[in-house]
Amino acid sequence: MPVSHALSPQAIALNRFGLGASPGAAPADPRGWLLDQFAHYEPRPAGFAALPDAGAMVTAYQAERRMERKNQPPAPADGTGVKDPALLAARQDYGQQVQALYRAAVQARSDAALQTQAPFVERMVHFWSNHFCVSVDNQPVTAYAGAFERDAIRPHVLGRFEDMAMAVEHHPAMLIYLNQNQSIGPNSVAAQRGDPAKRRGLNENLGREIMELHTLGVRSGYTQADVTEFARALTGWSVSGAESNEPGTFLFRDRQHEPGSRQILGRTYHQLGEHQARAALADFTHAPATATHIATKLARHFAGDTPPPAMVERLAGVFSSSGGDLPTLYKALIDSPEAWQPQPLKFKTPWEWTISALRGLGRGETGAIQMAAVQRQLGQQVWKPGSPAGWDDISASWIAPDALMRRVEFAQRLVLPLGDQIDARALAPRLLPASLDPATAGQVAMAESPASALALLLVSPDFLRR
Amino acid sequence: MSHPILAPLLGRRRFIACAGAGLGAMLVSPQLVLAAAQTERRFIFIIQRGAADGLNIVVPYADPAYARLRGDLAIDPATATRLDGTFALHPSLKQTAAMFAAKQALFVHAAASPYRDRSHFDGQNVLETGGTQPYQTRDGWLNRLTGMLPPLHGGDSAIAIAATVPQALRGGVEVSSYAPSALPQPSDDLMMRVGQLYARDEQFHPAWSAALAARDLAEGTGAKQDPASLGHLTASFLTKPAGPRIAMLETSGWDTHSGQNNRLAGQLKALDTLLASLRDGLGPVWAQTTVVVATEFGRTAAANGTGGTDHGTGSVAWVLGGNVRGGRVVADWPGLANGQLYQNRDLRPTVGLDALIAGVAGEALALDPDHVARVLFPLAGGARPVTGLVSV
Repeated sequence: MPVSHALSPQAIALNRFGLGASPGAAPADPRGWLLDQFAHYEPRPAGFAALPDAGAMVTAYQAERRMERKNQPPAPADGTGVKDPALLAARQDYGQQVQALYRAAVQARSDAALQTQAPFVERMVHFWSNHFCVSVDNQPVTAYAGAFERDAIRPHVLGRFEDMAMAVEHHPAMLIYLNQNQSIGPNSVAAQRGDPAKRRGLNENLGREIMELHTLGVRSGYTQADVTEFARALTGWSVSGAESNEPGTFLFRDRQHEPGSRQILGRTYHQLGEHQARAALADFTHAPATATHIATKLARHFAGDTPPPAMVERLAGVFSSSGGDLPTLYKALIDSPEAWQPQPLKFKTPWEWTISALRGLGRGETGAIQMAAVQRQLGQQVWKPGSPAGWDDISASWIAPDALMRRVEFAQRLVLPLGDQIDARALAPRLLPASLDPATAGQVAMAESPASALALLLVSPDFLRR
Repeated sequence: MSHPILAPLLGRRRFIACAGAGLGAMLVSPQLVLAAAQTERRFIFIIQRGAADGLNIVVPYADPAYARLRGDLAIDPATATRLDGTFALHPSLKQTAAMFAAKQALFVHAAASPYRDRSHFDGQNVLETGGTQPYQTRDGWLNRLTGMLPPLHGGDSAIAIAATVPQALRGGVEVSSYAPSALPQPSDDLMMRVGQLYARDEQFHPAWSAALAARDLAEGTGAKQDPASLGHLTASFLTKPAGPRIAMLETSGWDTHSGQNNRLAGQLKALDTLLASLRDGLGPVWAQTTVVVATEFGRTAAANGTGGTDHGTGSVAWVLGGNVRGGRVVADWPGLANGQLYQNRDLRPTVGLDALIAGVAGEALALDPDHVARVLFPLAGGARPVTGLVSV
């Protein structure tokens, strides 16, 4: 990354580790300020807690659809869909509910990021949510995405990696997103019953992505046979339906589980039922390949696109020796000199940039700003990376001509009502303490209006990098 | 064309781009760049992210194993468009079928990149960089192809119709990107000052200049994000005199592990619409245009247990355009019977996407295909480019 002006340790703590400065926060002791945040993190902020129950919404709709389908001829194969007006209206209504829930969840996420006293820990929530991502490519996942981050990621961000992984892989959002709820053991009770021509069977999607993306990492030595065996072990991991007391939550369906023991990565798993895949997953989370995979991603996030090998090795060692204890890992990260290099190491993603801009302008809540729409316009729709690999953490993925133009457009829109309330010349050194390029300061000071000065500050190379 | 305030910046940018283009320029022989005239030919690459199911797009209906492996997922040949005695086209591809009938479309079946594993992200990296292993090569083959064109006057030779630049177009040669925006346009004053703010930044300066140029080119198109609008937008860029000659579009949503029939039908309908609007928008330029559509790998030959297919190997590549010698399916068909599948599970690849892309891109842009192959796929081990698919 080309050099902007060198960053002070304060600016690094605020922007690289945190989510950007907010008024009043100027850490005298940057490392201490970061470590102190572990005590101030709020796992379940009010906005998240207030979200309606996605599980009930999804299962109620699905039950309704099943009823409708009984009276409905099958949809034509060319994908033109159903024509029945009542069903179309129900679909539209459900679609609107799902979108409303999604938008509310994005607002809750944004408000948490604006209000938090623990911006570093909140950044780690975003990091893990992206590592274990779902993508809101269909309606059930769209409904569940906020609950997924709230219930599977947030409670474990200061806990153990294994516990987070268990929560993630048991969550309906993940089970639905990667088709696990439909996967059935070919020799299970459920598969043996019914019409052999319509017999359902295995879907290896979740099994593969757990190994490739969530734990061991691609090219770490597992084979197609390991993936298939793990997928067999996972059969039965599913989501409860309307018949359940708790619809839309994890349910182990024993009748769908492939009987027998499994051989995965040279180990034999004799466990019964749900515990078979659980035992394999637990082993994956403690494997050396997983430690390296996680360490590499953390180093890339904090120390630049090309992760420094010594830092990766050090973090992987801490991950392994602590048994995947995340606060211990974060301490090692904060102690890594590679993450405190004074030159900017990353180009902010649209999410990072928007949050830091709003914090910098002193906004304590998103209010009328529709963050879901804003992030879509800026090219990083929240919880929609479009692939289970999550958003790319490489600067080149984000620094594109059109993306830059979008930020300028949004910056102008954001500052219009603030021009006569905030002096950009005074704000600049608070956002980037002792780190502002004099050329940027000069341009900001020469702007034709206070609003224009603010917009320039927000789109300056200094503020676009961290 | 360009905004009066911005014209000097564009001029300056071209200078900087040329002065700093050492890396990209070194990949091509200098005399070629200097000798060639500005090309009137166009080349478009469309990636299908998520591993598109070639077996249900160009359907091998005559292969006796097909219906057995696919079960309920098998496309009924009675509903599909017969292409020849072996293959039929998915019924959603109506416009594509018309192009095939007009000999402006062909398909190359059982194609694959050198990648032989089943990770989307690694597979896309190999397809887009032109390496033989994931993350072996840093820049993309489409960027290197752009570097083989004579420089355009007053603009970039290539554009990504996307907010960010995809891997295939990243590299030493500067390219543009554009996607329709719903945000309000900034004031001229802010635009000018931002330009000054970025003037000394070696990353932001070229990106900003490219954004301005793309915005100029897109002016008045009223573009939106639906497939027809994206096709027209792309065509409007490519038909401007100083517009790009190379474009890349991304499509996603091809990862059909479940509910495949409806999803694939919808995906193909969208792509069909996009291709038709490209053709219509390009007008007479279509006669000098070649479009390649490819995916990172195929899907399992057999249906999985959930009405879909899992990650496979061989798939189908599409070649379309007014200069394509179309109306045929090109395939050394490996068969789907037991023992004919790759690893007992996937369509066995019999042609390399790198050889195909090198041949088609070379002929499409009137460059020597062997030279194109060496520049685009230097690690491929010298496979002969597949030629004869485009009128030279």
